[in-house]
Amino acid sequence: MPSVNFSPPPIIELHNCWKAFGKIQALRSIHLKIPPETTTVLIGPSGCGKSTLLRLMIGLVRADQGEVCFQGTEIHHQDMLELRQQLGYVIQSGGLFPHLTARQNVNLMARYLKWGKKELEDRVFELAAMTQFPRDGLDRYPVQLSGGQRQRLALMRALMLNPKVLLLDEPLGALDPMIRFDLQADLKTIFQKLRKTVVWVTHDLNEAEYFGDSLVLMREGQILQQGTIEEMMKAPVDIFVTRFIHAQRRQPQVLV
Amino acid sequence: MRSRLKMTLFLSTVLTFCLLDFAGGGDAQIPFRVGSKKFTENVILGELVTLLVENEGLPVIHRDQLGGTRILWNALLKGEIDVYPDYTGTLSREILAGKGLWREDDLRKYIAGYGILMSEGLGFNNTYALGMKKEIAERLGISTISDLRKYPQLKFGFANEFMNRQDGWTGLRQAYMLPQKEVRGLEHELAYIGLQDDAIQVTDLYSTDAEIAYYHLKTLKDDRHFFPTYDAVLLYRADLEKRWPQGVTAMLRLEKRISEPDMIRMNEYAKINKIPASIVATAFLRQEFGIQVHAKKESLFQNFLSRTGEHLSLVGISLGAAILLSIPMGILAVRYSQLGQIILGAVGIIQTVPSLALLVFMIPLLGIGSAPAIFALFLYSLLPIVRNTHSGLENIPLEIRESAEALGLPYRDRLWLIELPLASPSILSGIKTSAVINVGTATLGALIGAGGYGQPILTGIRLDDLGLILEGAVPAALLALGVQGIFDLAERYFVPRGLRLTSEE
Repeated sequence: MPSVNFSPPPIIELHNCWKAFGKIQALRSIHLKIPPETTTVLIGPSGCGKSTLLRLMIGLVRADQGEVCFQGTEIHHQDMLELRQQLGYVIQSGGLFPHLTARQNVNLMARYLKWGKKELEDRVFELAAMTQFPRDGLDRYPVQLSGGQRQRLALMRALMLNPKVLLLDEPLGALDPMIRFDLQADLKTIFQKLRKTVVWVTHDLNEAEYFGDSLVLMREGQILQQGTIEEMMKAPVDIFVTRFIHAQRRQPQVLV
Repeated sequence: MRSRLKMTLFLSTVLTFCLLDFAGGGDAQIPFRVGSKKFTENVILGELVTLLVENEGLPVIHRDQLGGTRILWNALLKGEIDVYPDYTGTLSREILAGKGLWREDDLRKYIAGYGILMSEGLGFNNTYALGMKKEIAERLGISTISDLRKYPQLKFGFANEFMNRQDGWTGLRQAYMLPQKEVRGLEHELAYIGLQDDAIQVTDLYSTDAEIAYYHLKTLKDDRHFFPTYDAVLLYRADLEKRWPQGVTAMLRLEKRISEPDMIRMNEYAKINKIPASIVATAFLRQEFGIQVHAKKESLFQNFLSRTGEHLSLVGISLGAAILLSIPMGILAVRYSQLGQIILGAVGIIQTVPSLALLVFMIPLLGIGSAPAIFALFLYSLLPIVRNTHSGLENIPLEIRESAEALGLPYRDRLWLIELPLASPSILSGIKTSAVINVGTATLGALIGAGGYGQPILTGIRLDDLGLILEGAVPAALLALGVQGIFDLAERYFVPRGLRLTSEE
């Protein structure tokens, strides 16, 4: 492709990755490049393998076959712990530690890495401001926070070490529409400001379109098509691509 | 990192407690150690030996009411005690059953091979007999054991030891071909009450029991001469003659000095009039030998304190060791699931062994006293803690475990910072369960000489004295409640605040 000359080298690369859980083949022959400082959205119906693919990138799942590269180097399982400090991970339920306060949740890893007190304090305040997390909520426990606050907190935790890449697995999936709408806008601002590489898993096409520089449409463990939504509409590789897009597009059009 | 500090603090407190307790033991010269079985006559005989040796100014301890024949014999073989009173019939028919040792000389020779010596008879024969209430016996016309064959509906209640002994029910039933079906085992001391209440009609007696006269019982004639003679003797270790020759001489002064009426009278004082065994023994020595000895009398409060100390150390050491071992076992069981199956299975099986049996199994390994009791209690305390550690860790939601992993925390730090604090409510409640069970089970330790609150309970059962039973049972119950209270407080400290909020809201 001619564009190769212009695009910087990918930050994450997957070559021919396969993964099965028992008899279920979750991923088949995955080839994928995640370009830096862009948002790539993994989308598809539930059970298509998009979450598994994300978990493969952070090593929560190990590939049966194939290789995962980070900045051009193949990742081995023993390097994973260090590497994870350059990856921020947020999931739908937040995955917050219930026995730690908001602040402790956010700075856990930094404390583990023996950051100074001042450094910790400054970074937490900076993140709270950025994610619009209320300062007086920092000493509360997760159960004392609202759903939206919890997701902001989860994002703060993922951003604490200033990772190169954010991996988000339906981070807004459990929120009600109003809060979701606010957070979407806030997140987009943050991503643009920080110029992070983001991999976002969702089944919501509107969200995908709103955030995604590039979409990866998956079905039954395989990548069907990769590109912008316009490309998928103009040149679908498969009837399923058209159907998937139209199924979700119809709704907003009716509303308009 | 505070949670890690808390965990460390918690475990090190437990460990220190254990070490402090262990440091207490250890004696330079082993004193003259007397043992006795858990029935009154044997305790009195043990007390007589003890006082005679003490009268010589030698260091002597009496581990009284240690349990049944097996426990005493094994303790003697192992060198846990130096001497205890037994009966020739018990030796030939029970301990050395099937060896054909009918004559006293044969017995003497045989046990010398074990390094055990036997005194001359003390002067009385305390044989087994069967007895029933006089009025019932007369009404039914029963005067011999053979007569019992005519009344198969009679209910028999025998001492547990008699039930299982070769010279007890097993042999008796064959010798007389007795047809009775309703035969149950119970504490010898309770059998008399059973007879009064008509819960049973026939029981086994010792011919020197004071209750025979007191309760107006009829002793049935052993018309087929099934029961052998049971001359009371002292069994002692051969090395005792080297260690405390003076003590052996003093103790053997009892040979041929206690007549059957003497023994019955002493039993009567102790059991019917509830005079402590040591006082009864003192009186006998003064009358028979003109010896003035003072039975050591501890005040009720001192007594209570030392029992409390014993009980607490039984519970503390066994529970502490169980905590130290169970939590890592639970952690391993989660990490390696196949190993986990084995661990959980093994501690589960231990739990099914009856506590009394487990205590007795420990004697060949650890002797008598607190060591085997602590080990048995330790084994019992494992299951609740292992299981709760395992389930507490397993029940942590996957997304929380994975979030910790995704942050890049290594396994050990995930365990300390995230998983153990999250599992702490479950682990603590496991420890609490163990502790409460432990406090109760520890009362059985008295049966193998471990002391504690079981001691007055045992004596109370022996003497049919409710007050004494309560003296052990009430503090044990209070201790169990106290332990529960302490762990409720510990929960406030060790369970992270964020988790307690969840349960409040």
